[in-house]
Amino acid sequence: MNKLVVSSSPHIRTDSTTRRIMLDVLIALLPTAVAGTVIFGIKALWVMLVCVGFSVLSEFLFNLITKHTQTVGDLSAAVTGLILALNLRADAPLWQCAVGAVFAIIVVKCLFGGLGCNFANPAVTGRIFIMICFATTVGGGMMPTVVDLASSATPLEIMKGDTVNGLPSLPDMMLGLRGGAIGEVCAIAILLGFAYLVYRGVIHFETPLIFIGTVFVLSLIISSDLTLSLYHVFSGGLLFGAVFMATDYVTTPITRSGKMIFAFGCGLITVLIRFFGTYPEGVSFSILLMNILSPYIEKWTAKKPLGGKK
Amino acid sequence: MPRFMLGTTRVPHRKNTAGIQAVRIPAPATVTLPMSQHIGAPAEPTVKVGDAVYVGTKVGEAQGFVSSPVYSSVSGKVKKIEPYLSSNGRSCHAVVIESDGQMTPDPSIAPPVITTLDEFICAVRESGVVGLGGAGFPTAVKLEAEKKGIIKKIIINGAECEPYITSDTLTMTVDSAYVKKGVETLMSFISADETVIGIESNKPRCIDEMRRVFEGNGKVRVEALPSTYPQGAEKILIYNTTGRVVSEGGLPSDVGCLVMNVTTVAFIAKYLETGMPLVEKCITVDGSAIKNPMNVIAPIGTSIEEIIQFTGGYRADPAKVLYGGPMMGVAVYSTDYPIMKNTNAIVALSEKEAKPKEQHNCIHCGRCVSACPIGLNPTLFARAMKVGDSSERADRLTEAKIGLCIECGCCSFVCPSARPLVETNRLAKADLRNQQAKK
Repeated sequence: MNKLVVSSSPHIRTDSTTRRIMLDVLIALLPTAVAGTVIFGIKALWVMLVCVGFSVLSEFLFNLITKHTQTVGDLSAAVTGLILALNLRADAPLWQCAVGAVFAIIVVKCLFGGLGCNFANPAVTGRIFIMICFATTVGGGMMPTVVDLASSATPLEIMKGDTVNGLPSLPDMMLGLRGGAIGEVCAIAILLGFAYLVYRGVIHFETPLIFIGTVFVLSLIISSDLTLSLYHVFSGGLLFGAVFMATDYVTTPITRSGKMIFAFGCGLITVLIRFFGTYPEGVSFSILLMNILSPYIEKWTAKKPLGGKK
Repeated sequence: MPRFMLGTTRVPHRKNTAGIQAVRIPAPATVTLPMSQHIGAPAEPTVKVGDAVYVGTKVGEAQGFVSSPVYSSVSGKVKKIEPYLSSNGRSCHAVVIESDGQMTPDPSIAPPVITTLDEFICAVRESGVVGLGGAGFPTAVKLEAEKKGIIKKIIINGAECEPYITSDTLTMTVDSAYVKKGVETLMSFISADETVIGIESNKPRCIDEMRRVFEGNGKVRVEALPSTYPQGAEKILIYNTTGRVVSEGGLPSDVGCLVMNVTTVAFIAKYLETGMPLVEKCITVDGSAIKNPMNVIAPIGTSIEEIIQFTGGYRADPAKVLYGGPMMGVAVYSTDYPIMKNTNAIVALSEKEAKPKEQHNCIHCGRCVSACPIGLNPTLFARAMKVGDSSERADRLTEAKIGLCIECGCCSFVCPSARPLVETNRLAKADLRNQQAKK
């Protein structure tokens, strides 16, 4: 008889794998990627290809050079690249996209030890890096090419100037017929991805709901204007950020109640920046700032174990 | 009653053998009886090589308070007494008996006469019974708590939450009369207010049968538990049936509970009726490498290989063979190992299932935190074990409450990155013990 394997229990494990989870995120991003390409044209596709390509390539080379186990197969680099691309304008210079992708993967992820070891969300940090270095690329947004729009500013820029006139209609906002980044404009596509992620058990529904809800309620309190508050929900990168970036496992608290506090904090900071800051958009900054707080939130929200004495 | 039930991990049930009658295997040629088939001090052999023994002849005497005697499971001659390395790495002696194939019961066997609690506890000790659910803790020791008059609830564990295993299912359906008798005997000696029988709801026939036999007995409650793992873990069962919480380092008796496996209770009733000590076990034989999954009744000490061959052998080459179920069972080095008092299943896994899953870094998904029935954060233990300084490591392990881990394996089971979480916890516990021993 063959030699028997001896190992510690458990001897069976769930079918769920890290690769499958990442694949689910990619599938959930698909509607948004397709919508972005339809709305902004083939340019958007190039941005996505460059970001994903450079993300995967830089992780591959980093592992090769530093003699680490190859990890591109876990698909997390592809997820980071795609999320970063969907945060950029469709007409962003491709070399800037590449620089951002390399920064996100090498500096934010690999140097901290790879998947699971980074404290900041690579895609968010990559976006902010590009935003600061190449202000024109992220600031504002490309206008849809499928329809003619009167204004050349994004809805948030319009609202920042205290002008409510000139905003696209709410149905147009939901379809994505407005200025913005590739992935942030089409609410319907984002919500499709959200539903898929919740259905697959990849994320809990609370984080996006609390994040978006906080922004809506606080906007309502500050402005006492229902329409304006609704515009705040559908404009900028709120929906996309709440569904795909504030739900990142690695950089958010591990406890469920911690995730809720995280989401509330994101909503609060977003509103503060949108209403009182100099930047028109605050979603990325809010997520990055809450990433820093994550370990503490995790500690504060630790469950009291059954039978544990304090 | 608790507000919510703990233990929510969905593991596959694979109860293929439920509803199939157990088959008794013929007398094996030899049986190997380790002197340590229980938690506590190993028994001491009381026979010499060449001695004639019968079914039920004592071959090992209990040593000390937490220990249990061992009885011959066949009739025949003592062939040898040899050092034995158990599957957990500890060593003791084993008595090997050559069977004469007759299975003649020991003529001195007679039902014990019991009238007092002391006599009852003594009889339970002499029966050789230990926790048959798998833990192997000498049952008589648990009953001692009654002398302090602190037991208020008797909890009968019929959860059988491990995949594959159906031997308790058989006890509850086929031997329900003995379960009834056992519970009634317990209640006559123990001044508890109530007996709760906890059964997972994936065994409706067991629930119905238990409700039927205890109908009209107002002090017995049959509780349907969720069909999620680990409902049968002692602390979880106590919480889910009574809402009581056993605190760190505590025993069930601290919260007035006595927990006993359903097959243990049925065995005690049988023993009081016949006087035949624990010499045979009903065992579920199943797994992806087994040709005909079934339940067999086999003398304790029969080799795993012999039992598997009796059921019809293998469907595929076995790559891993377990004592017990796949969540908490112990992998054996060789199928020559004997079945023991606390063995309730033999599970043989094929190459495909035994192959380890590909490991990735922890992605901090929190599935282990949600899965832990105790509410621990397994990632903290894994992180603490990476600390080089031994005293800081000990502090961090203690702060994260390593002592509360029941090693149910939920964390490792759910981990998408296949991190060795519960495995690390076992290492961490040993590490902490070593450090405390040094002090």
